[in-house]
Amino acid sequence: MCADTAMQQTPPATAGQADILLEAHDLARYFDVSKPWLNRVIERSERLTLKAVDGVGFSIRRGETLSLVGESGCGKSTVARLVVGLYGLTRGRLVFDGEDISDLASRTGRQTASVRKRFQMIFQDPYASLNPLWRVGTIIGEPLRFFRPEMSAADRHRRVGELLEQVGMSAPDANRYPHEFSGGQRQRISIARALANEPEFMICDEPTSALDVSVQAQILNLMRDLQDEYGLTYLFISHDMAVVKHMSDRIAVMYLGRIAEIAPAEQLFANAHHPYSKMLLEAVPSLEGAGKERTTIQGEVPNPVHPPSGCAFHPRCPHANARCKAEVPRLITRSDGSEVACHGVEEGRLP
Amino acid sequence: MSQEVDKRNSVANIAPTRPGRLRTFLESDIVYSWKRQPVVILATLVTLVMFAAALFAPWIAPQNPFDPGQLDLIDAFTPPMTTSEFTGNFYLLGSDSQGRDVFSAILYGSRISLLVGFAAVIFALVMGTALGLLAGFRGGWRDALIMRIADVQLTFPSILMALLIFGVIRGFLPRSMHAEVAIIVLIIAIGLSDWVQYARAVRGATMVEKSKEYVQAARVIGLPARKILFLHILPNVLRPVLVIGTIGLALAIIAEATLSFLGVGMPATQPSLGTLIRVGQDYMFSGEWWILLFPGVALLILALSVNLLGDWLRDVLNPKLR
Amino acid sequence: MSSTPSSVENSGEQNAIAVTGHEPGAAGQEPVLSVRHLRVEFPTRHGTLVALDDVSFDIAPGEVLGVVGESGAGKSMTGNAVIRLLEPPGRIAEGEVHLSGRRIDDLPEERFVPLRGRHIGMIFQDPLTSLNPLFSVGDQLIETIRTHLPMNEREAREEALKLLREVGIPAPENRLDSYPHQFSGGMRQRVVIALALAARPEFIIADEPTTALDVSVQAQILALLKRLCADHGTAVMLVTHDMGVIAETADRVAVMYAGRLIEIGPVDEVVRNPQHPYTKGLMASIPGIEKRLERLYQIEGSMPRLAAIPAGCAFNPRCPHAQERCRVQRPDLMPAEGSLAACWLHDPVDPLPPRRGEAGEEMAHVR
Repeated sequence: MCADTAMQQTPPATAGQADILLEAHDLARYFDVSKPWLNRVIERSERLTLKAVDGVGFSIRRGETLSLVGESGCGKSTVARLVVGLYGLTRGRLVFDGEDISDLASRTGRQTASVRKRFQMIFQDPYASLNPLWRVGTIIGEPLRFFRPEMSAADRHRRVGELLEQVGMSAPDANRYPHEFSGGQRQRISIARALANEPEFMICDEPTSALDVSVQAQILNLMRDLQDEYGLTYLFISHDMAVVKHMSDRIAVMYLGRIAEIAPAEQLFANAHHPYSKMLLEAVPSLEGAGKERTTIQGEVPNPVHPPSGCAFHPRCPHANARCKAEVPRLITRSDGSEVACHGVEEGRLP
Repeated sequence: MSQEVDKRNSVANIAPTRPGRLRTFLESDIVYSWKRQPVVILATLVTLVMFAAALFAPWIAPQNPFDPGQLDLIDAFTPPMTTSEFTGNFYLLGSDSQGRDVFSAILYGSRISLLVGFAAVIFALVMGTALGLLAGFRGGWRDALIMRIADVQLTFPSILMALLIFGVIRGFLPRSMHAEVAIIVLIIAIGLSDWVQYARAVRGATMVEKSKEYVQAARVIGLPARKILFLHILPNVLRPVLVIGTIGLALAIIAEATLSFLGVGMPATQPSLGTLIRVGQDYMFSGEWWILLFPGVALLILALSVNLLGDWLRDVLNPKLR
Repeated sequence: MSSTPSSVENSGEQNAIAVTGHEPGAAGQEPVLSVRHLRVEFPTRHGTLVALDDVSFDIAPGEVLGVVGESGAGKSMTGNAVIRLLEPPGRIAEGEVHLSGRRIDDLPEERFVPLRGRHIGMIFQDPLTSLNPLFSVGDQLIETIRTHLPMNEREAREEALKLLREVGIPAPENRLDSYPHQFSGGMRQRVVIALALAARPEFIIADEPTTALDVSVQAQILALLKRLCADHGTAVMLVTHDMGVIAETADRVAVMYAGRLIEIGPVDEVVRNPQHPYTKGLMASIPGIEKRLERLYQIEGSMPRLAAIPAGCAFNPRCPHAQERCRVQRPDLMPAEGSLAACWLHDPVDPLPPRRGEAGEEMAHVR
């Protein structure tokens, strides 16, 4: 389980591991956030580049759940959108089941259907992720109409009913409109749509963070059940450490566009190495130790348009030294199966 | 306690079950709001009556004012509510210098006014929506180009714009054709002068919808941009467009009337309401007041009721005001 | 639409006794905020919706009362009713609100408005709604201080600096003339706290104060809020959906469901040993960081809409223990271990027997 997790920032393509479903090599995505040309000329301001993701590499094995966790602005949602081709890559390479899909964003239509039908995405906001003017049946049937045009309307109707029942709703709900449902039910509809084409890989971008806790439990359980039933592979994005712990096999902690640490879930929660991972774990409000005093962590995530030099975490890190300010740390694989991007850990200054 | 229980049940019973489409419509907020505003009800009725009168003018009007053969010069300047002693024709709203029945002229005139109004709005709506969709969806230089043109056009009053466009188009046509194509030229001139607000509204709405997750979901599937645009985005941005269209109809009717009044619109042989008013003003102080007054009142009522309807529709469809 | 006076009177009476008699922590001290039998109604064209139904609680000086519930439970509504920021057509139909022994719910609007700021501080989820983007932070603080306290410009400026220092803004001398947009999210929320504390109010209402912030910043803000209110003896009503925030910050917790208060008690009791089946289920459905479960406990169904609140106990259709009585008769708050729970399982006279072997029971104990 953990011996073969040894991967570097850029996993070797020659490894030929048959069970690797997705490999991401050195992903980067920059956004131009400059003001319009005229404003720049008048105000003499510089072009501004937001490096939302800058050199992220990971791989996901078939049937496992890899979570990306981090605070706002760390680039976790951008990674999800890069993987499904909603954004084009500024740099890097994406390999899905042996096929290079780095240029997916620039291709649409049937030419990419063979790849696209194998993965789907679940979004955060259940109120924005369903077309308000379409009936639920039309929404869930959309991937079917596109990927399987040969399917008859009656078959499609039957399949939509099946899907609705699979996600804990009833077939007649297909005739209703999204606004007739609660947030949790809408998220179920979203999941049904994602499942329509029996994908292998699901990218879940904060699927429960807009939901109440009791509804969150329902949705998380549903996602686990579906994973067991269909052997789904999840790339799970969340800011909630407890949810991530519940769902993941491995966890990648992101900070300002880079991965700070990747480790098996149990390993990370038992013994996090990176000071930022430790800080995140420390900050989670605990239900067990109600009212306990905590060492609060100083500072906030800096503006990603002007990230700190060297290790982006150094201004908030109690262990930062001159090297941390100057040099960007690389992910180094450790013997316990984790990979950590920290000079302190590398030098043995930190445990 | 038991009473309280009963009451809870009764509240629960009111909760909507699954009514049919008509029921759903009749119970919708729009109908509810409509029923509670007498002014809006009145405006709706007046609008419907005027639309019907215009539509069925050939069957309602006692004479066809565009057909010189039906006009009796001898009946010229007959006052309202008078039966002519020469021909025995009854003139409800009097007649003009040509012996034309003012009532019939108003019916046929509003036909033209409404035709031009509707056609101009549809022209502006289609053009503005298409350009707004393009600008909002594609962004980049197309967006910049379209919106800068829109900005420039907005700095001119739209009637001035219509006058300009009208003049330019007519400049390219031989004089003999002017009367024939007047109506088409009018529609294009008014439509061209009015596309900007549709484009702006659609562009804004498109940019909002484009970033919504249901559109992203469609993109993840790999739906081509054209399909995303027409299946997902367009239907979701149409609501503001229809509201602007309703208000725009009143403005287009007035714009047509203004152009015709200025003498650059419909010719006197095919008078619209504006033309009738222009013709009528010559007689304002000579005692034949009805030639001006009745077309003027008709225009006022028509524009006002359509405008009231549009305002109400805008309020009731605006989620922010609800 | 209002219920028969007698029935409400009766249930109210019991409630009042229960709340003041058994509630630990609140007894002894004169409460800063006292809410009694609060009922908020929304008249709509489909009938009157009862958004809050017979809600009673006290908050003592220096105490943080966490009000927790899922969306639609009425937690924000309770806060908004207290500070009279109900969205129309919502209105307080019954009940009383007392601030420092003085009844405030029946004050005319012009006498209520000055209470906000001076006696009631407000902190909302989005700091930008509380800050005016057109004025510098210093100007807003100074204006608030001078409106409510007898100070001249120079004294008010000193006071503003002191407040900013207190809420942990680094180099406040330099930040006093900055505008809200020049602060980060966490710093902005600190400014809002400074503003809420400026007139030294005896009561602060914080509605989801950290929901928009990252976890690390959230911890800082909660610690700050808690420390300052303890120092100043300010009573706090902390409205949130996040049990973790409550567990960290609150002294007592009030759990709401479908517009009703269903459990109230000291935080340790409610979080570790919840008594109401809903609270139990809620606690068990939260994924924990300490222990990983194969499945989370899930409460089936969803919170009823206001238009369709079931008769009897509002939770009965989802409750594993529900019996005939729960479907007919609404339970009031009753003593249950260390807290009060509105559930017939805890009826002192004739307690309902709990159903054995329910998943909720077991999983709640596993935690």
